[in-house]
Amino acid sequence: MNIHWRKKEIAAAFMFLMPSAGGFALFYVIPFAMGLVYSFQDGTPDGAFVGLAGYRELLASASFRKAAWNTALFTFMSVPLMIGSSLCLAILLNKSVYLRKWLRTAFILPLVVPVASVVFIWQIGFDWNGAVNAWMHSFGMERIDWMKSDWAIVTVTLVYAWKNMGYNVILFLAGLQNIPESYYEIARLEGAGPFTSWRSITMVYLMPTLFFVVLMSIIGSFKVFRETYLIAGNYPHDSIYMLQHYMNNMFLSLDIQKLTAAASLMVGSIMILVAGLYLLERRFRTFME
Amino acid sequence: MVQLHKYALTVLLLLFALITLFPIVLTVTGSFMTEREIGLNYDLIGNMTSADGGPQGQFVNWKLVPDWVTLEQFRNVLIDSPTFLLRFWNSMMLVAPIIAGQTIVASLAAFALANLRLPGKDALFLVYIVAMLMPFQVTLVPNYIMADELGILNRAAAIVLPGIFAPFGVFLLRQFYLHIPSPIIEAARMDGAGYARIFLAIVLPLAKSGIAALVVLLFADYWNMVEQPLVFIDDPLKHPLSVYLSRILEGERGVGFAASLLYMSPVILLFLYAETYFVQGIQSSGIKG
Repeated sequence: MNIHWRKKEIAAAFMFLMPSAGGFALFYVIPFAMGLVYSFQDGTPDGAFVGLAGYRELLASASFRKAAWNTALFTFMSVPLMIGSSLCLAILLNKSVYLRKWLRTAFILPLVVPVASVVFIWQIGFDWNGAVNAWMHSFGMERIDWMKSDWAIVTVTLVYAWKNMGYNVILFLAGLQNIPESYYEIARLEGAGPFTSWRSITMVYLMPTLFFVVLMSIIGSFKVFRETYLIAGNYPHDSIYMLQHYMNNMFLSLDIQKLTAAASLMVGSIMILVAGLYLLERRFRTFME
Repeated sequence: MVQLHKYALTVLLLLFALITLFPIVLTVTGSFMTEREIGLNYDLIGNMTSADGGPQGQFVNWKLVPDWVTLEQFRNVLIDSPTFLLRFWNSMMLVAPIIAGQTIVASLAAFALANLRLPGKDALFLVYIVAMLMPFQVTLVPNYIMADELGILNRAAAIVLPGIFAPFGVFLLRQFYLHIPSPIIEAARMDGAGYARIFLAIVLPLAKSGIAALVVLLFADYWNMVEQPLVFIDDPLKHPLSVYLSRILEGERGVGFAASLLYMSPVILLFLYAETYFVQGIQSSGIKG
């Protein structure tokens, strides 16, 4: 390959990349860099440099702590629930069943159903006078205020899991289908029971998928906003006041410094998370080889 | 014995499928109720603000079958008042340009990132991925300021432009383009084809399924969007269906089901029509490049 061709290729690549890279810089990279700068300034129009003062103030703020704690709690609740249930569904779907294609469609359909279009259904279900309480009442249990008490986070977790489980089902199914059937046959010939082959074949070969699913689920759980906003509005119950709400409210009250500081912290933690899981996966891979 | 096992498993999965489909089915059947029936059935929802007191032992339940099947709601929503159709149009006017724009811009950029040699392209791609993982709120303020500078605040462009340059399309299409063997491209170059020609005559036809996957995924995502219109568009007349529906449920519950059904239909129909592409798209976003 001569130099002239090489140059031509770079020039062509540049042309193809330009529209995307230009717009991407304008609407994503530059805004983020600006946000990072704002987070080190005070709130005045001239924007004096104040170092970490904004971050200190943010970390001291009670509503930020509440929101961060709730987000963490939501992540710890929703991620295991979603991964556990979608893994079970995928494993069952991967066995010999009737109507497999239809069942799969049913499990991933919620993924495309807009949150706003089923809000009414959830309201009927989880209202104080709603259907879930009606059932509980008929079993002689006390009713629970699903939306306006500490239970709200459970409600949001369920609604969120309902909507997003299908994504994991798709990924797990793909991972399962990549495991050669012969592995299981050999295991059976050597006298391994179903549990042993599940543990030492399915789970081992599914590990790379699992890493990815865990990562995407955690990141997804940081984005939960639609569910809470559409069900509970601008002022949800304390237990579902999460970072997204906090940031939106800081935006509405024009507290730009706190907002950008919170955003930068969030970016930092997401990047640490990605790097951490990446290293863990690399370690797992070398262990496999 | 094996047969029995298969039946039992199918029944178990069907039960799960009923749960995931339940809200959708309920919306469909509810949309054929009269407004009076909805009022009678669901009026208690939201009537209670405090957790103690209120009518004891009174509940509403999800009502699956209407007493009287009617198209009254659809007539109200579609014919009697233009508000719904206006919002439907708004949604379309946000989503269609984003899909068209992002598909074009991303299909060009992905070619450079996947098939051409360009120094530093992997670093650039990493920036795209990081940006893709960030929650919307992270760049809220700077994006707002950017929109203000460009004079597009309160207009669809404030949502459409960042949507066109969002990193997801580049990421997804790059995954598809990577499967195109480089010898094909080399051979075309040897025969004297320019890069524009290679892109149009070789890459695009081979990546058709990737583009289809992108279109379906983008539609499902942006049809559901809530955050962006809330922040960038003040005027309720310009709001898309997602935001509008959360309002309608507070006031005119009587048409809520039909409005919800009409809102979720386009994306569900598109999904059922192109499920293969949808699944393929999610699967290939799970394969790390």
